Amino acid sequence: MTDDRIQRVTMPKWGLSMKTGKIVDWLVSEGDTIAKGDDIVDIETDKIAGTLESPAEGPLRRIVAEPGAELPVGAVLAVVAPTDVPDAEIDAVVEEAKAAVASGSLEAPDEPEPQLVEVGGRTISYLSLGPEDAADPVVLVHGYGGDKNSWLFVQQPLAEEGHRAIALDLPGHGASGKDVGDGSLATLADSVAGFLDALGIGRAHLVGHSLGGAVVAKVARDAPGKVASLTLIAPAGFTPEVDAEYLRGFAAASSRRELKPLVGRLFADESLVTRQLVDDLLRYKRLDGVDKALTAVLGTLLDGDRQALDTRALLEGVDVPRTIVWGTSDRIVPVPEGVELTRVEAGHMPHMEAASEVLAAIKAHL
Amino acid sequence: MARSITYREAINEALAQEMERDERVIVMGEDNAGGEGAPGEQDAWGGVLGVTKGLYGRFPGRVLDTPISESAFIGAAIGAATGGLRPVAELMFIDFMGVCFDQIFNQAAKFRYMFGGKAVTPVVVRTMWGAGLRAAAQHSQSLLSVFTHVPGLKVVAPSNAYDAKGLMIQAIRDDDPVIFAEHKMLYDTSADVPEESYTIPFGEANVVREGGDVTIVAIGRMVHTAMEAADELAGSGVQAEVIDPRTTSPLDTDTILESVENTGRLVIVDESNPRCSLATDIAATVAQDAFGSLRAPIQMVTGPHTPVPFSDALEDLYIPDATKIAGAVKTAVDWKA
Repeated sequence: MTDDRIQRVTMPKWGLSMKTGKIVDWLVSEGDTIAKGDDIVDIETDKIAGTLESPAEGPLRRIVAEPGAELPVGAVLAVVAPTDVPDAEIDAVVEEAKAAVASGSLEAPDEPEPQLVEVGGRTISYLSLGPEDAADPVVLVHGYGGDKNSWLFVQQPLAEEGHRAIALDLPGHGASGKDVGDGSLATLADSVAGFLDALGIGRAHLVGHSLGGAVVAKVARDAPGKVASLTLIAPAGFTPEVDAEYLRGFAAASSRRELKPLVGRLFADESLVTRQLVDDLLRYKRLDGVDKALTAVLGTLLDGDRQALDTRALLEGVDVPRTIVWGTSDRIVPVPEGVELTRVEAGHMPHMEAASEVLAAIKAHL
Repeated sequence: MARSITYREAINEALAQEMERDERVIVMGEDNAGGEGAPGEQDAWGGVLGVTKGLYGRFPGRVLDTPISESAFIGAAIGAATGGLRPVAELMFIDFMGVCFDQIFNQAAKFRYMFGGKAVTPVVVRTMWGAGLRAAAQHSQSLLSVFTHVPGLKVVAPSNAYDAKGLMIQAIRDDDPVIFAEHKMLYDTSADVPEESYTIPFGEANVVREGGDVTIVAIGRMVHTAMEAADELAGSGVQAEVIDPRTTSPLDTDTILESVENTGRLVIVDESNPRCSLATDIAATVAQDAFGSLRAPIQMVTGPHTPVPFSDALEDLYIPDATKIAGAVKTAVDWKA
């Protein structure tokens, strides 16, 4: 019988495809007292490097996973417990943890699969996590050239806390059909609104990043009754300024050597851009029809070297609770003046670089 | 959506999707249709290792069995390409190139140049290469360097199912003659491959693994062997960058040079014979253009200058393995000037 005050810190699951993670470095030592949300360990997956925030609080009694170790999702990385729990009990937990890894019993067989739905003649791919009967689901809408996997640090935690979290691929993106029609904001917003209808969702909390931010704002403008709240992450259309060179370069890039430096601009910490991240983007960009889709949507985003969208004007008079989150080191769309927003330490990808703040902003509406 | 399929299935899917998309695409070769007109199961073969299986039924009249006369049917494919079709012809083994080489290097490869850019020859010659199938000296060679030598030909050698599909679609849509070399030991290997059509541009190497201590350039099946060696080496603290050129003509020299400028060491792995080979070609390019970055002599891990042996034991010795590659890496890493 183990003491129920013993807390196990386990390998997180960052995204659908993550099976294992590699311990890069511990940021805390045995004996430290840690609080929930503290950065405790750097972990690298084949997609991305990230920092695990502590789900536990108390004295860190034992680090089980050494730097360099590659461990399955769910493997115990560290043990947190009050100091009066005897060492022998901690040892027992550590032994049990090592045995679980050795036996291979942690390899999870059942993965939730993305699904397809027809919306207005277009195929939309989406991944739904969490209980289907939960009220007002959270719907996550990615940015230009992105896809549903970009929510890897946000979607799973929402689902684990009992919310239904749905990430979709906009038309022309990810595994959705590549036809974007005129590529206009209205077309994309209609697809999101139609998606809600197709899934029988009357009302949802909409979260949008960059282009996705403008898309969900447009949905709220057109159909405020469908929108319980808006969380806009570095949304498009708040300033005329934008890194137009990035957008055009991203649309045109066809090789790793062209794409990697551009993708680096998305992040405050460019070391987050792994080989796999760039490779996944290239795999997407090579699909038939993507070129045309990205070019069409580029016309929606840019007017010369400036942003063509005015999301701020779109939201005027829209009576939906909303939060705006912006990375202070955003190099793609600069932090706007005169707008109430939450500043976080990140580049253009706060949902990857400052996921816990983004999570908190979303959860404040739930 | 991507799902895991084999190299064989990936090539078959690429052919089927392009035949669906463009009615000018036809497939021809020995047993490609599988004995149409003969008694027994129709479409039984789909080529000697079953790559074109199922196409005959789906595209009647566009999958042609040919006589065992490579100079005739490769010539016919090239002629059809100049006449407006986009044929994919199967030269069963790369070893048979000698029979039809005039059609390829002196005809197909020259048309665009000799007709002032006004002629195109969109033909793909699929062919099997490489050792390991216990198929003896006349069915086991790696003659890619011979095709790579000839201006006017594009030469493709996918190492995995994902690349095989994207490179095949690119090859079919390309207006120049393409030699599409399929490694016979990779047909049953699997990778995640999108269901949708996609293209991988020629001349873009794949950096399969990143590392700062040594650059390993490997081709075809050797990419997997090099990865095995790289994993082994990581255990002893040596981080290898593994580069798969994917196409040997054009060759992505920029990616190779940039990597060597970073690592200072180069090991080239190619299972073909060592003289006048892809290994010597890449070595010469790097020696000329990145000499100042090199901290050790370039190492080449290749087959020996002999035919591929039929004896199992000797064939296994012939093909470079992870131990030989790791040894070459250690020689480079431990080098003291």
